[in-house]
Amino acid sequence: MALKIIADECTSCGACEFECPNAAISLKNDVYVIKASGCTECDGDAPKCQAVCPVEGCIVQG
Amino acid sequence: MSSNVVPLTSILRSRPVSEAPKAPAGGGCSSSSCGSSDGQGDMPAHIWDKVKDHPCYSEEAHHYFARMHVAVAPACNIQCNYCNRKYDCANESRPGVTSEKLTPEQAARKVAAVAAKVPQLSVLGIAGPGDSMFDWRHTSATFREVSKLMPDLKYCVSTNGLALPDHVDELAEHNIDHVTITINMIDPEIGALIYPWIYFKGKRYTGIEGARILHERQMEGLERLTEKGILTKINSVMIPGINDQHLIEVNKAIKARGAFLHNVMPLISDAAHGTAFGLSGQRGPKPAELKDLQDKLAGGANLMRHCRQCRADAVGMLGEDLSQDFTLDKIPEAPSYDPEPRRLYREVVERERADRNKAVASAEAELAETVEEAPAKLVAICTKGGGRINQHFGHAKEFQVFEVDAKGVRFSGHRKADNYCVGGYGDDDKLDVVLAALEGIETVFVAKIGRCPKDDLKKAGIEAVDQYPFEYIETAIAAWYADRFGNRAETSVIA
Repeated sequence: MALKIIADECTSCGACEFECPNAAISLKNDVYVIKASGCTECDGDAPKCQAVCPVEGCIVQG
Repeated sequence: MSSNVVPLTSILRSRPVSEAPKAPAGGGCSSSSCGSSDGQGDMPAHIWDKVKDHPCYSEEAHHYFARMHVAVAPACNIQCNYCNRKYDCANESRPGVTSEKLTPEQAARKVAAVAAKVPQLSVLGIAGPGDSMFDWRHTSATFREVSKLMPDLKYCVSTNGLALPDHVDELAEHNIDHVTITINMIDPEIGALIYPWIYFKGKRYTGIEGARILHERQMEGLERLTEKGILTKINSVMIPGINDQHLIEVNKAIKARGAFLHNVMPLISDAAHGTAFGLSGQRGPKPAELKDLQDKLAGGANLMRHCRQCRADAVGMLGEDLSQDFTLDKIPEAPSYDPEPRRLYREVVERERADRNKAVASAEAELAETVEEAPAKLVAICTKGGGRINQHFGHAKEFQVFEVDAKGVRFSGHRKADNYCVGGYGDDDKLDVVLAALEGIETVFVAKIGRCPKDDLKKAGIEAVDQYPFEYIETAIAAWYADRFGNRAETSVIA
């Protein structure tokens, strides 16, 4: 149960880091990554990182 | 560094201002109707003080002062059909485009480096590349860092408005007294055609629902800024067939809520940019369509006509972009900053301005005397800044366009003719680019022009006027106009 960020698609804007309610997203080597152990996929709500990400298909099921 | 900066040396070392070119005997005039017009006019002193050195808020100031944007706020909370956040190109100059994103500390370093080399710098803005209000942590940290070094800079931000109401009080605390909000509609049904989605309070909203939330937040933010006495500029992207006529309603709505300035900008649309509008073939407006709309808006909120739609990391005078000269690898670790050149420059500008205003006023009076009735004419100017005709035709990457009639000379806009940016290579292509940029204009004023291009222009029905090198734009246009269309023309023929 975790989402992941496709590095090639990421613009490194950081919107997802700001919005993640679990602080599971951080910047690593110029792209953002989701720490699988921290991601809850927002417990059934629409995942906030996906909702704010400007690139469709950048954040997907891990 | 680009030669398009008003060279400080040219002002400091040239003739004393009292010996600057006099208003030509043929008469002249001026009232550049852009932003805060060409001078204080009937503006209250405290507002004039805020805008007089801000190149975006005062058309007059844009001849003298430079701005810089630092790209510290990449995160955004809405999607616009004219924006693609993945796109970037060092040779592209348009909103949302930047070459490198900066941390607040890097941004402060860059501002100091630019201020040391560009004494014309008067304004620091944060315009994304995302949304400065949504990415408020980065925005506020940057202003905090920079204001330690340079408290005398003017600070401004631009935003889509969605997160704006949350930060109005903090804006006032940071001494940010200029805010630009992009408002493209006041009708959510039209908004739904421009914004596929917005992200608000943890949720994505689409269609009319999303556009309605955005609209309500924009109006709330604008009203609260007006209450606080913070000056607002409203940017509207003119999208033919979608919101072009609707912008008349937008203009009324923002004026009623106290907006200081309305800036209608043409949609930039190209499939190569990968935007939704670019891919769908949505076109941008032609210069004449933009001018028609701007003319219809006269009498509403003050109009800005001198916008260059600059990059999120733009540096320099409005018509130029020095951003590539100040990338992180080119600026020192700890740039030294001496405020003295900037202070000196402001002094010089005050003198130059007073002289220009005097020349322009006497020219205007003479124009009123000599010309009774004549058709309004659009003319193009080659200028490097300073309000003078001081650029060689061959160096012009853009033309400033003025409208002249018996009532005066008014700034009308600018036309880009950048050879590289529009894809041309070599001289032949360049001429085509220039001719396209000068559509509807029969006269271009130049400091100098070669014989071949002069003949080429003539063949295309455009006269190049080189009799007024280095004179003030308004006085030169007025003198020429009085010669052509005034009573003076007849007397001079007889004489």
